Amino acid sequence: MKSHGRPGRWLIILPPLLFLLVFFLVPFGFALKISFAEVAARVPPFTDILTRAPDHGLQLTLSPANYQYLFSDEVYGYAYLYSLRTAFFSTLICLALGYPMAYAIARAPKSTQNILLLVIILPFWTSFLLRVYALEGIIRDNGLLNTLLLHLGLIHEPLKIMRTSLAVYLGIIYSYLPFMVLPLFATLEKLDHTLLEAAADLGSPPWRTFVDITLPLSLPGVIAGSMLVFIPAVGEFVIPSLLGGPDTLMIGRVLWDEFFGNHDWPVASAVAIAFLVLLAGPIAIYQYYNVKQAEG
Amino acid sequence: MERRHSPLLLTILCLGIAILYLPIVVLITYSFNASPLVNVWGGFSTQWYSQLIHNRQLLQAALLSLEVAVTASSIAVILGTLAAIALVRFARFRGRLLLIAMVNAPLVMPEIITGITQLLLFVSMVQMFSWPHRGFTTIVISHVAFCTAYATVTVQSRLQSADQSLEEAAMDLGSGPARAFMEVTLPIIAPALLSSWLLNFTLSLDDLVISSFVSGPGASTLPMVIYSKVKLGVSPDINALASLIICAVGGCVIIAGYVMRRAERQRELEAFNANQAYTADHAPPG
Repeated sequence: MKSHGRPGRWLIILPPLLFLLVFFLVPFGFALKISFAEVAARVPPFTDILTRAPDHGLQLTLSPANYQYLFSDEVYGYAYLYSLRTAFFSTLICLALGYPMAYAIARAPKSTQNILLLVIILPFWTSFLLRVYALEGIIRDNGLLNTLLLHLGLIHEPLKIMRTSLAVYLGIIYSYLPFMVLPLFATLEKLDHTLLEAAADLGSPPWRTFVDITLPLSLPGVIAGSMLVFIPAVGEFVIPSLLGGPDTLMIGRVLWDEFFGNHDWPVASAVAIAFLVLLAGPIAIYQYYNVKQAEG
Repeated sequence: MERRHSPLLLTILCLGIAILYLPIVVLITYSFNASPLVNVWGGFSTQWYSQLIHNRQLLQAALLSLEVAVTASSIAVILGTLAAIALVRFARFRGRLLLIAMVNAPLVMPEIITGITQLLLFVSMVQMFSWPHRGFTTIVISHVAFCTAYATVTVQSRLQSADQSLEEAAMDLGSGPARAFMEVTLPIIAPALLSSWLLNFTLSLDDLVISSFVSGPGASTLPMVIYSKVKLGVSPDINALASLIICAVGGCVIIAGYVMRRAERQRELEAFNANQAYTADHAPPG
């Protein structure tokens, strides 16, 4: 739109740009800064890394102690690995479950399609916290699942699901499934069906058509959905905290405890920064995909 | 695309939907359980619902959460719409890539990281400017940050599909760009504004992690109170509260969706009729 003069344009661009810059991006700088500080018994509970030196200059004291601590205490390494593993396998299961769902919805008649989409989106709108809590009603020792299985005589004592890794997996799959289905549906819906028909006419068996045509063309949806599940799942706090047990130590919980339990803000900052570095790869893939989408 | 569905696909679809809904159905059922014991069905009762009205702590938290959600989602829709206009209509400007990155990152950023970094910002800001005090203001600011991301994405996709030639036609007829946008494009993207407001509202109402970090003493949102109760185990009054919230939100979303689709059809119908009338008026004689 050429008629928008330069000053007018900046009136539109600047408010969201500045707001997100100050309140979303700049905070990471502060976390980085404080991760090099030390705990102190004052408000706020950490030392300044910039201090006035005796000769009136400024002195920068960067303490790598927090990062060294991350490597020396096994808990952090364990929690990072556990989080990555849990998020990875949950994402795979979501994909295995979500792909056929998205495919079935994309092939449904238009009227059914809208209803099915609403059915998938609705849980996404309702409270995440409350849905995790609701899951507890199914999987706890005297929950619906165990009652049913005991009743049917399939088991003789309740299955122990709560406070185990299995509960965390179930929680993540249950909560994040819509995030997988929606982007997959978006790409599968746009799929050019004449390609599939052409392949069939040329004698390609259905599985071959799927592998050669459908799957590659839906790859952007697979990547978007996987990232929307994987990245937040690595940092999940509510699910391991409510459904998990002492050994389901995900990094989100460690960070929370470091912060609210030990009040060690510098170590918590270092955990967050190290965590972000770990997620840099997936976030970069996700951002690359977004830029590509935005630029067409 | 109407084709025969394979039984396997249908089974997985039904299984997936069952996974999504079963826990909610069970939760709502048990909220009417007369027995306080979670594993015993003691008959039908609405006692947990009537108890909620007398719980001052929950009511206060609910009020705070509603105030935060209304404020944050309203600001976020404005910022998100501006960002969407910038991204869709201005092909190149300084900071465009940065803006794309910043409106997409909050969608995947683990909340715990956003929460901790924003708290550190607020604490440092208080040291420098003695503002903002932790509580309502800080919760609203951090909610606006992630809500803006969702609003931008929702409005952006709508704006991309909106026909820009209508706006150009209005400008050819002498209307200024701002007025052309307000009178032509704004009504077209209005459904997206409403749905992004609703989405932001529910996301803000639901946020636990970020609020826990950035809130101050005395400012507990509803999810914070629910979390601290739920952490102690299943409690029947939370079942009732959760059922109320889920039904209210679900009902609103369904009604909003229905209203918007009707409005959409109405608009399309009017456009179609106008087009027909125009064609009839300008039809060549004979």
